[in-house]
Amino acid sequence: MTEERSAVVVRDIRKSYGELKAVDGVSFTVAEGEFFGILGPNGAGKTTTLEIVEGLREPDSGEVVLLGESPWPRNVKLLPRIGVQLQATSFFDKLTAKEQLQTFGALYGVSAGTAADMLELVGLADKANEQENKLSGGQRQRLSIACALVHDPDIVFLDEPTAALDPQARRNLWDVLRAIKERGKTIVYTTHYLDEAEILCDRVAIMDKGRVLALDRPAVLVRGLDAPTHVTLQKGLLSAVDASALDGVDEAHEDEVSLTLSTRRPAPVLSALAERGALDGLQVRTATLEDVFLDLTGREYRA
Amino acid sequence: MTAFKTLSVAMLKGFVRDKATLFFTFLFPLMFLIIFGLLLRDAGEDRTKIALVGDGSVVSALRESGALEFESYDDENAAVRKVQDGDLPAALIVRGQRIDLRFAQSDQVRSATVVGIVNGFVDRANLAATGQPPTFTFTAEKVEDATLKPIQYLTPGILSWGVAVSAVFGSALTLVSWRRKQVLRRIRLAPISTTSVLSSRILVSAGVALVQGVTFIGVASLPVFGLRLSGAWWLAIPLLLLGTIAFFALGMLVGAFAKTEEAASAAANIVVLPMAFLSGTFFPVDQAPAWLQAVSKAFPLRHMNDGMLDVLVRGKGIEALAVPAAVLVGFSLVVGFLASRVFKWEE
Ligand SMILES: Nc1ncnc2c1ncn2[C@@H]1O[C@H](COP(=O)(O)OP(=O)(O)O)[C@@H](O)[C@H]1O
Ligand SMILES: [Mg+2]
Repeated sequence: MTEERSAVVVRDIRKSYGELKAVDGVSFTVAEGEFFGILGPNGAGKTTTLEIVEGLREPDSGEVVLLGESPWPRNVKLLPRIGVQLQATSFFDKLTAKEQLQTFGALYGVSAGTAADMLELVGLADKANEQENKLSGGQRQRLSIACALVHDPDIVFLDEPTAALDPQARRNLWDVLRAIKERGKTIVYTTHYLDEAEILCDRVAIMDKGRVLALDRPAVLVRGLDAPTHVTLQKGLLSAVDASALDGVDEAHEDEVSLTLSTRRPAPVLSALAERGALDGLQVRTATLEDVFLDLTGREYRA
Repeated sequence: MTAFKTLSVAMLKGFVRDKATLFFTFLFPLMFLIIFGLLLRDAGEDRTKIALVGDGSVVSALRESGALEFESYDDENAAVRKVQDGDLPAALIVRGQRIDLRFAQSDQVRSATVVGIVNGFVDRANLAATGQPPTFTFTAEKVEDATLKPIQYLTPGILSWGVAVSAVFGSALTLVSWRRKQVLRRIRLAPISTTSVLSSRILVSAGVALVQGVTFIGVASLPVFGLRLSGAWWLAIPLLLLGTIAFFALGMLVGAFAKTEEAASAAANIVVLPMAFLSGTFFPVDQAPAWLQAVSKAFPLRHMNDGMLDVLVRGKGIEALAVPAAVLVGFSLVVGFLASRVFKWEE
């Protein structure tokens, strides 16, 4: 990835609030068309980082190049090319979903008709005439994203778009995010759901206490852990002793309902199990980004 | 231009859909206008009413002049009894060419007035009957003096106050709500100038002020209240607009300091209420003690109110706008500058 093709280049940015180092030397680049995730628990410095990149905050030091320009101080040339959803859903008072879009569109000189079309993309066409405060949490988030996209920006910044949503609403939102990526937009988004980032993002930066701990494709990070895969079976199909004798099994462990095998070579283990017809209740759990976090920080991940 | 229009429409919709705001903008001031208007309706009523029996050319002339009011009786005794009971100061009894006036001796001042008026009309009728041109000509013309009927000072006062309240609250609450909900930061990320956003909101406030003007003056002009506008009433329009801008700026200043809508509301009340009382909203300020009048000169609302009185009911012309306009513009500039200094985009 060369820097000319980078949508975002961040070099060693820092920002302190008094004693607190909210962002403490963060660097990363985001390629054009990439879906980039900034992950970490609450207070990690995700919002501060994102807002420095957007040009809403001035870093104490460091440099940001956004689409080839400096976002700070307020760079009017850049603004039409970036779309932003802030962590708080910001809407005008007492307007319907359609009117919100048209009003935000007006800020960018977008026609009312074009603005209203965005409702389709986020699946809110049937809520067009509903007032914003009557929408559900997920619908509000989707409307907020539509408002960030209304002027067809090249890059979109979304701050915790899936926070505080129920699982179904989160999945609906994932579809929206994927649809945006398909339109060729660069997406930079923050989340404290590591599992979600693993599914959605091309690359992630895992943050904690103002620093980036790891930065890569989720799969690469997980593989880099060299953590065992856990294969779980219904209890009684195989004894723990027999299981630990199978080729590739490092360890077998039995509780009241299931038998769990740890392996670093799941392929021979699974075929051996298949040969014995012992696949009932099979579950395969590989390491996740949460394990990566545990490995990096030495503590359990808690959003 | 379309951005400006869309924004203005959006803000107007937001305004119209907020029931509480509508109440405080229109109904609340109207309640004051109606209650005070009805309570004080008969105060300042200074035409004397007398009993009348019979009719004729002298009576018609008296009626036309409006100098006296009449309560008609068929029977001379009934009319005289009214005078004896002290209900009416005099009874006028007309039988063909003969005109009798019976008056109460207790209330000499009013009786003398009535006698003088009736005598004057009888003399004139006599002179006209001789067909001679009068030796001396006499014409009388009304002078609108400083004392006004209650509705005449209530309407301009309540209108100025209503516009001030709506502009201060409108700008302060919008500002605080936008800052709290991060709409301000969101606007900052759009390629639009602050001036466009600000002016579209002021436009809404200005439109609201004009509607307030039409509504309040309309209600006050109903026969029950009987407001009478004077010649250059339309000069109230520029005054309404200047007042809106001045109080909008004041709201921006209040909103810059307040963290929550509740705090903004309380602060706006603390600023506007005392100013309203001291600026002649509910009583004519020229009846207040001199020191109070001097204090009230410090308030922009006092000057807006003075201007409103002058152009709406005192029949003054554009020259009456000079001082109020200068004060309001000066106030807008100073307060607007201060507000821009302390303005914050985020909490
Ligand atoms: N304006 C501010 N003033 C003081 N402290 C702040 C401010 N903004 C953020 N912080 C602090 O900086 C740290 C990082 O915050 P933030 O970037 O919002 O984290 P995240 O988005 O990952 O939850 C937190 O400890 C937060 O309390
Ligand atoms: Mg955050």
